[in-house]
Amino acid sequence: MPKVVPWFALLAALIFLPHVLSFSQQEILVYLAINVLIVTSYRLLTLTGEWSLAHVVIMGVGAYASALLTKMFSVPVPVSILLGGVIAALVALVLSVPLFRMKGFYFLIGSFAAGEIIRLLWKRFREPFGGPKGIKGIDPMPDFSIGIYDFDFFEPISYFYFAAIVVAVCLLILWRIEKSPVGLTFHAVHWQDKLAQAAGVNVRAYRTLAFTIASGFAGLGGALLAHYVGTINPNSFDVEVMVFVLTWAIVGGTATFYGPILGCVTLTILNEVVLREMGFEQARPLIYGLILILSILFMPKGLESLVQKLKPGRKSAVPVERAAE
Amino acid sequence: MTKFLEIDALTMRFGGLTAVDGLSFTVDHGTIHGLIGPNGAGKTTTFNAISGFYKPSSGAVRLRGEVISGLKMHEVARRGVVRTFQHSTLFAELTVLENALVGTHMPFRPNIFAAIVGYDRHDRTGAEARAREALEFFNLAHLADNRAGDLSHGHQRALGMAVAYAAHPDVILLDEPFTGMNPEETRVMMGLMRKLRDDGTTILIVEHDMQAIMGLCDRITCMSFGKWLAEGNPDHIRHHPSVIEAYLGGARHVA
Repeated sequence: MPKVVPWFALLAALIFLPHVLSFSQQEILVYLAINVLIVTSYRLLTLTGEWSLAHVVIMGVGAYASALLTKMFSVPVPVSILLGGVIAALVALVLSVPLFRMKGFYFLIGSFAAGEIIRLLWKRFREPFGGPKGIKGIDPMPDFSIGIYDFDFFEPISYFYFAAIVVAVCLLILWRIEKSPVGLTFHAVHWQDKLAQAAGVNVRAYRTLAFTIASGFAGLGGALLAHYVGTINPNSFDVEVMVFVLTWAIVGGTATFYGPILGCVTLTILNEVVLREMGFEQARPLIYGLILILSILFMPKGLESLVQKLKPGRKSAVPVERAAE
Repeated sequence: MTKFLEIDALTMRFGGLTAVDGLSFTVDHGTIHGLIGPNGAGKTTTFNAISGFYKPSSGAVRLRGEVISGLKMHEVARRGVVRTFQHSTLFAELTVLENALVGTHMPFRPNIFAAIVGYDRHDRTGAEARAREALEFFNLAHLADNRAGDLSHGHQRALGMAVAYAAHPDVILLDEPFTGMNPEETRVMMGLMRKLRDDGTTILIVEHDMQAIMGLCDRITCMSFGKWLAEGNPDHIRHHPSVIEAYLGGARHVA
């Protein structure tokens, strides 16, 4: 089967890549894996046509929830990561009640306001959120062994493998949702919500469903981050980070599953590796911004449109990271 | 005996404008019922009020005795009343088959957990069979893989109806279905609608093409300036003095 060959190549690359990278680059790789999950889950929300500015804050909800669960209730870390995702989804479910009274631009602004409220609550309440300084000394993942490989979570490589497996499973689930009748209904809600309603689709329920699922996976990503970094504060999840997520999605393109992943990977490599290596330390945001403007001007359909030109026969490519499992 | 679809003193006000004013009529089961009237008579507004797009200012719409006015559009649809839209309201970015698949949303309700674990094969094949059946019925099967936005106007209108048909409705509300169709397409479509009716689907239709309306409908309600004007079979309506007056202007100038 020639089709599986690229997947094995990718799997091999993902296994061996960290070993040729420096320590700081390995750390970036961990962030990259988590960011891929954030931006892919964000795409699920955009399928219904709504763009939220609360996604990163929701990711923070997962991070805070998981950190607090381990600290206050001594929940084991892997369980708390999952619960972090569940709690983020529940918070999103509650938020969706007022937010989905709005559409389009108003939803965008409303989601921003809702996100800021949550963030300011973290800042305001020292108990239990730690105030502006956030939470420190979050329990790391406990080390474990699977026979052929010993996970030592002091090493970024180990955490990368762990995060990559979790992210790969999440991407597989997101992929299956998108390719299911539920995913088709999301598209229907986006393109013609009136016609969808006439076909009996409860448009608001589907918008809420997309928002809740996307938020759940974002929360999971946030929890993964929290237990890696060990410290989180309200500013780790501010609107600046949200702008990065939006940039990845826009530069990559949101028409395909792999578009945002492509955007995230390309821009991260560009930002962290190329520009840093070239010594543009101070001017990095400037150049980054310039590239963003140029790519929107000359590549309005995103990086994915380049890929589609390269292989005209295959319309739907499979997500890049899926083989990481 | 409860009436099948009953519009009872339906009134729709927009600010100071009364678009529909105390309109009452009944649609019998298994008939093709036409709603006609000059431009601005309030036909489409009536449609929107029946399908749940608008909430009536007063009055009620009852289906088998149950009040459906004021419900949301998807709730009305779930009770068996499915509408089509004026112009080509479709999922233009999706394929023809995917459009019809959205139409099968009600008979084959998607389940997200089943979808993730792959336990919904049965539903998916069922939905696809129903979608293809709907395309077949409206002679669109050969276009299944085309983008809906790329279809010709007549095909787009037919697809709009196929989406509604895929939902197994009891009542189809057709809003100007023949607009943009050539006479041959209109003729074929009329045949399909008769077939639909004979299968037990009730059709309520708003249309400007008088020839089509007169040839197709079992019963016609004519309205003018938001009010009920006349009702009867096509022959009755064709010769009704008020209808002629509404369309052609006051007779007093002629006399």
